[in-house]
Amino acid sequence: MALDRTIVARIATLARIKVSDSELDALAGELGSILAWIEQLNEVDVSGVAPMTSVAHMKLPMRDDKITDGGDRDAILANAPQEARGFFAVPKVVE
Amino acid sequence: MSELTRLTLSDARDGLRAGEFSARELTEAHLDAMAASRALNAFVTETPERALAMAAASDARLAQGQAGLLEGLPVAVKDLFCTKDILTTACSRILDGFKPPYESTVTQKLWDSGAVMLGKTSLDEFAMGSSNSTSCHGPVENPWRRRGDNRPLVPGGSSGGSAAAVAARLALGATGTDTGGSIRQPASFCGVVGMKPTYGRCSRWGVVAFASSLDHPGPIARTVRDAALMLQAMSGHDPRDSTSAPIPVPDFAASLTGDIRGLRIGVPKEYRVDGMPPEIETLWQRGVEWIKAAGATPVEISLPMTKYALATYYIIAPAEASSNLARYDGVRFGLRVPGASIDEMYENTRAAGFGAEVKRRILIGTYVLSAGYYDAYYLRAQKIRALIARDFAAAFERCDAILTPTTPSPAFALGEKQDDPVTMYLNDVFTVPADLAGLPAISLPAGLSDDGLPLGLHVIGRAFDEETVFRVAGVLEGAAAFTAEPGR
Amino acid sequence: MSNLVKGRTGDWEVVIGLETHAQIVSDAKLFSGAATAFGAEQNTQVSTVDAAFPGMLPVINRHCVEQAVKTGLGLNAQINPVSIFDRKNYFYADLPAGYQISQYKSPVVGKGEVVLDMPDGERRHIGITRLHLEQDAGKSLHDQHPTMTYVDLNRAGVGLMEIVSEPDLRSAEEAGAYLRKLRSILRYLGTCDGNMEEGSLRCDCNVSVRRAGETKFGTRAEIKNVNSIRFVMQAIEYEARRQIEILEDGGSIVQETRLFDAHRGETRPMRSKENDFDYRYFPDPDLLPLELDPAWIEGLRRGLPELPDARKARFVAELGLTPYDADVLVAEKSHADYFETVAAGRDAKLAANWVTGDLFGALNRLGKEIEASPVSAPALGELLDLIRDNTISGRIAKDVFAAMLETGKSAGAIVEERGLRQVTDSGPIEAAVEAVLAANADKVAEYKSGKDKLYGFFVGQAMKATGGKANPALLNDILRKKLSA
Repeated sequence: MALDRTIVARIATLARIKVSDSELDALAGELGSILAWIEQLNEVDVSGVAPMTSVAHMKLPMRDDKITDGGDRDAILANAPQEARGFFAVPKVVE
Repeated sequence: MSELTRLTLSDARDGLRAGEFSARELTEAHLDAMAASRALNAFVTETPERALAMAAASDARLAQGQAGLLEGLPVAVKDLFCTKDILTTACSRILDGFKPPYESTVTQKLWDSGAVMLGKTSLDEFAMGSSNSTSCHGPVENPWRRRGDNRPLVPGGSSGGSAAAVAARLALGATGTDTGGSIRQPASFCGVVGMKPTYGRCSRWGVVAFASSLDHPGPIARTVRDAALMLQAMSGHDPRDSTSAPIPVPDFAASLTGDIRGLRIGVPKEYRVDGMPPEIETLWQRGVEWIKAAGATPVEISLPMTKYALATYYIIAPAEASSNLARYDGVRFGLRVPGASIDEMYENTRAAGFGAEVKRRILIGTYVLSAGYYDAYYLRAQKIRALIARDFAAAFERCDAILTPTTPSPAFALGEKQDDPVTMYLNDVFTVPADLAGLPAISLPAGLSDDGLPLGLHVIGRAFDEETVFRVAGVLEGAAAFTAEPGR
Repeated sequence: MSNLVKGRTGDWEVVIGLETHAQIVSDAKLFSGAATAFGAEQNTQVSTVDAAFPGMLPVINRHCVEQAVKTGLGLNAQINPVSIFDRKNYFYADLPAGYQISQYKSPVVGKGEVVLDMPDGERRHIGITRLHLEQDAGKSLHDQHPTMTYVDLNRAGVGLMEIVSEPDLRSAEEAGAYLRKLRSILRYLGTCDGNMEEGSLRCDCNVSVRRAGETKFGTRAEIKNVNSIRFVMQAIEYEARRQIEILEDGGSIVQETRLFDAHRGETRPMRSKENDFDYRYFPDPDLLPLELDPAWIEGLRRGLPELPDARKARFVAELGLTPYDADVLVAEKSHADYFETVAAGRDAKLAANWVTGDLFGALNRLGKEIEASPVSAPALGELLDLIRDNTISGRIAKDVFAAMLETGKSAGAIVEERGLRQVTDSGPIEAAVEAVLAANADKVAEYKSGKDKLYGFFVGQAMKATGGKANPALLNDILRKKLSA
């Protein structure tokens, strides 16, 4: 069962991936069949079960308040597709 | 010199220390092998100059008696691990030209232990796949072919390049990552050993993230002992990774005592799936016989949530990936496709930079996290994940390790299983539960299919009990006596 | 209720809730080791973690957690022993990861309150809904180039405390008072420097209106990133009027995000895509729940400095100050500290007058902060001692103070140098008074026949004759005696 085209379009916008009209239908079909397959999870009784967000068996480690990083602008900008006067340059953002 | 590529990592290590050959010779032999096997497309970046420089340094240290654990041993690195100043692309167009200014913790540990870097291996784009056919650098070929059939086969994925390189003897070992089975499944398809340690055993710092709570770096090598040595070097607490386990690393190789008398080995009935090929069932049975012969006791156990594991994974992994991959936006590194506005730039860049499978997973992930769907999908999946972990905890009260097949089939041909995404996902049905529960698991080659392709057996252990996993795997390896070799 | 706004068709109530983003005082960022100092060259305080490079991971800064808990304690709030970090997902040029690490359903601090003593004497309790930890974003500069936006990530990853008030505020004035009080508490605690010009404290204002007597909340608009208390008050007033006009004309309010244009004094809508309101929050899988040890929290509680409300109460109860004076002095910890040093072992009321009057007046004139005051607290105290022991009169003390400001010398030195010691010997004063009376016999006669106003003339002349140094009380005494003789 395919996903609704408008939903796919909205999701694609949320994810900032341009999807052409022709791709939209194919995607709607593929996503629909994946989601249909996932429906089986509704059979499971999860009442009273706490969600598991991590399998790490430990407490959150904390770091000291020391300056141990930064200060290497060249390294930060070396891979930039476009850079100007030490800034990252992108097409203008309108607020 | 091609003799040198026939050695196991462990034997090469001994040979170097005994002065039978130099690190330089060993590395040159592997570089030659790589050059001769480019048709496999296992490597996406070769680093011969660096390799020779590292080998020279290793020879100096060996001469001074200062050899590190893996001194002088040439290994390959999955192109998901950031290697300083060396192209790291996750086999995606969106990371075109990216050279990280930092080295991943795991690979730095390898270099600190004296290993030599041969180059970066191919993978399914962003580690999403089970065939290594979605790499932007083209598919990888499995060095194995079906008896009497010339069609190229997939090496499995996502660490297909690493598995193929090790199987074809282009490297003594290679790094991989396992999120749904991406170390163990390709190892099984390529007739080599693949080890996924406990979550948090190896640091994720500097590994391009796919699904943060499921990503496990680990080794691929030709023998269990080789994998144990590599894992030794790769493991350890990293304060830069908040999920890195703050516990000491045991001597993994020392666990290969060959003695599993008295151990209880769980055989989960739910892993016997409908339509499973008889050769897989047969291999599994043989595995049970081997452990019995070694003095261990098979115990039937139940892991009732097994059948839901894959669907659970296909909610959680894409959800985390959709967020982890948001940083690929054309602003600070990688591909940028221009746009009239910044949003257009984002949309154009990500459309051009991501392949179809990655896009599908980002969209599914975005969908299951979106308003109105979070509880029904993501939250529910996290609860089922807790139940899966609970299954294993209960099982491990009655057994010390679990034995299953690694994959529901041997390697398939390139182009097969492409009709719909779900068919491809089913490759990971046996491997996924151990990722969801974060438990250590290994695949080792244990037999051949009717077509002459390698089949793997799979051992799962308790959290941080890699030692028992290695011990059981070592015994199975001895009993299986797998000596078959790929044609290429 | 004095807070109602008169509209064309009746009275309206303005309902305001404030979300304040306070930058945490720390050396390093919330999840990385890069520096937080303001004013550095672009992109020189950026870790690869802040820039969201592939494979980078967050590790939380313990000090930032402490600062958040201390702030919660200072707001009399519930500290939650377990809290969760969530990812808030959206795309923006200065948000490198495409998500912000924040806290959504389980913040580190829960309900608390801020108490306001309003000028009309009313005491208002403004509820705090919650306080949570989150990352700051980088800075986008839109005015450096015609077609490009420039991005500086120095600020990306700096720790923020988001402090959310209940919609308990009912006027722009109250909102201003709340922000001033909140800022004061943060500065007392040392958890945020409250510098709104530098952006360490920013405010989002949620404003809605409803007809007087209505209990349901109206639709609200959110005015983002207002960076001064004055602008917050202006924005609220403008927005309230805007909404009242729309509703009185029969329209309805659109729930939207707006910006305050300081030049025009107006709010206007932000141009963001509707779709982006879906942040797809989920727990950050790179982090674990933040678990706080109750003993550790207790330790922080015991270590808190005395906060403005408690200090004010003590100034009133133990030092006898008026609530008004106490309020003025405790608004800034540095002011209160200065005052207490001056007041120690001295007349607190006198000290309060000199500090709030003469000292603050001088500092304002000189454009200096109290930390840079030319007259230190001990030095001012010494001046007050000279008044108390009658070495100089209150009048002369003002001149001495002026000289202290100018020269930096001590009160004692100036009095000696300029011979300003008060004359307390009756001899010279008697002589001066007799001389004045003798030289103005006609005025003496006029005074004795009823012109009482001339008394001041005699005082002035006698004071002048003593070079201003006569002890006023003694001079009065002697003059009266002589005049009634």
